[in-house]
Amino acid sequence: MKPIWYFVGLILLVMGFLIFANGIYLLINPPLIKTVLSETHPSIWWGLVMVAFGGLLFMKNKNKIVE
Amino acid sequence: MEAIGLSLIDWIIILVYFAFVLGIGLYLRKFTTSHEDFFLAGRKNSSWVAGLAFLSANLGALELLGMTGNTFKYGMYVAHFYWIGAIPAMVFLGIYMMPFYYSSKINSIPGYLKLRFDEKTRVLNGIAFAIMTLLVSGINLYAMALVLHTFIGWNWDISMWVSAITVAAYVTLSGLMSAIFTEIIQFFLIWFGLFLVSILGIIEIGSLDQILTRLPASMNTLWSTSSDPTQNGMLIHWGGIVLGLGFVLSFGYWTTDFLVVQRAFSAKDLRSARMTPLLASFFKMALPFLVILAGLIALALSNDPNSGFKLLEDGGQVNYDSALPLLIQRYYPSGLIGLGITALLAGFMAGQAGNISAFNTVWTYDIYRSVLNKKASDAHLLWMGRVSTIVGVIISLGTAYWAKSFPSIMDYMQAIFSWVNAPLFATMLLGMFVWWITPAGAFWGLVAGMASSFFMWMGVKFHWFNESIITLSNVQSDMAANFWRAWWAWLICFGVTIAISLFTKKRPKEELVGLVKGLTETKLDEHIPFMKKPEFVAIISVIVFIILNLLFW
Repeated sequence: MKPIWYFVGLILLVMGFLIFANGIYLLINPPLIKTVLSETHPSIWWGLVMVAFGGLLFMKNKNKIVE
Repeated sequence: MEAIGLSLIDWIIILVYFAFVLGIGLYLRKFTTSHEDFFLAGRKNSSWVAGLAFLSANLGALELLGMTGNTFKYGMYVAHFYWIGAIPAMVFLGIYMMPFYYSSKINSIPGYLKLRFDEKTRVLNGIAFAIMTLLVSGINLYAMALVLHTFIGWNWDISMWVSAITVAAYVTLSGLMSAIFTEIIQFFLIWFGLFLVSILGIIEIGSLDQILTRLPASMNTLWSTSSDPTQNGMLIHWGGIVLGLGFVLSFGYWTTDFLVVQRAFSAKDLRSARMTPLLASFFKMALPFLVILAGLIALALSNDPNSGFKLLEDGGQVNYDSALPLLIQRYYPSGLIGLGITALLAGFMAGQAGNISAFNTVWTYDIYRSVLNKKASDAHLLWMGRVSTIVGVIISLGTAYWAKSFPSIMDYMQAIFSWVNAPLFATMLLGMFVWWITPAGAFWGLVAGMASSFFMWMGVKFHWFNESIITLSNVQSDMAANFWRAWWAWLICFGVTIAISLFTKKRPKEELVGLVKGLTETKLDEHIPFMKKPEFVAIISVIVFIILNLLFW
């Protein structure tokens, strides 16, 4: 079967990409009600952190099979 | 507070999570062909997988919300639950107890009691554990619905049923294996979903030092105010922390609660099983930087009138559990809100799955096969595991509705652990390390310990006597009373077990080989370099534990 790390990587990659893409959208279309520290655009950099971590796990394990 | 509004992107993220866990259940179904696959994940897991699952089974969302709220209420003393209240016990389990558990090839903790003592002690503990697990599982479900209803405005019934059916589906499909897979996914979702709260809190306030300096001394230290209960937020003496939490409750939970120990049983060999709690100890020590830090940030913000941060109040009572959801609402824009809610949902559902997978194992092996159907075939046990999963979820739903109509049941949950786990630790400790402890001594010691803990709880609840008799102090919090009650229950079980064992028939030594230290030859990991031995990892863990305590003394 696929190792657990493959699934962890995949879900973080998918969610990270969605959050990052939404962060870019919020940058272009700023919401009317702002959250505290919204000027730091946490969706963009946190989304990227998730994509990087998830992508690394996914790529390292995509061809692995464990018993 | 207005309900946290969810946008389309938040819903998509939540749906991705649900699709993922159901997909994993379906994917693992084809690898679940025997009862050992279903109940023990085939005993094939590495120490990293088993270690993360070991920790995650304990890391429910109820704990995340509760501990963040407790930090707001009691201050940094809550970190004791993660450090002295966990690390020594995890190290002890990995170094001393796991060789007996794993080598005896038992399927559950009650299974060890059967081998070491007798059938009646096993059944007594099996029934107590099954009831406790279903109660906790139902209360978790109730708490989840309460949180989702209060903060997101979701419908009670739909929240409970959708989560319960999802958990029932993936645990029924592939048992412990899918529970472990989803627990590990939950672990990462919790870190990525909630650690950002701490990061943004530090950015807003300035630094970790700034956060601590905004708090009074009773709330921002670990030990320096513990010699006088009136000087710390938890109103407890260090003796209560060390004996009640650090020794009895912690060792009782981490070394004997099958919910967590089951994950170590799924490891592929003895070395991996021993490494399971040791590796988990490092992740446990990191959790305060997520949970406690968030609570301290909430406290620091609420002390600043300009921050606009204030916890919710229900009927004049502060709702401490609102601290984490309010921080999420404060910092997270759309998208991240979906991630934060998913982290909480994942925590609830993994906690539920952990309880249900432990329940179906104890029910099937220690009650059904032990008492009701001793000749059950492997295929029948696998079928029974699936049926008991569905029945367990249905009973949990019933308990959840009971809790909804009778809110004070929430208070009982804290007490339940001191009724069941605290005395069991005395039985296990004596059984594993003293050969002349008898089956009669173990059984009656366990009965006395559980009954005394229940009696102390009832006595305080119904004012039969004053709580100060238990806590040895004129001032105490509920938490302090829990710690002390656990200590006395342990001591009573310990004393009664020894006393009765002195006068009852002992089992021959040759029957106890492999079950009791001193009668068992231990040659563990002889050909492995010291740096790769569990003992080395344990030493590093203890050193980090000491440094953290000194750092925040």
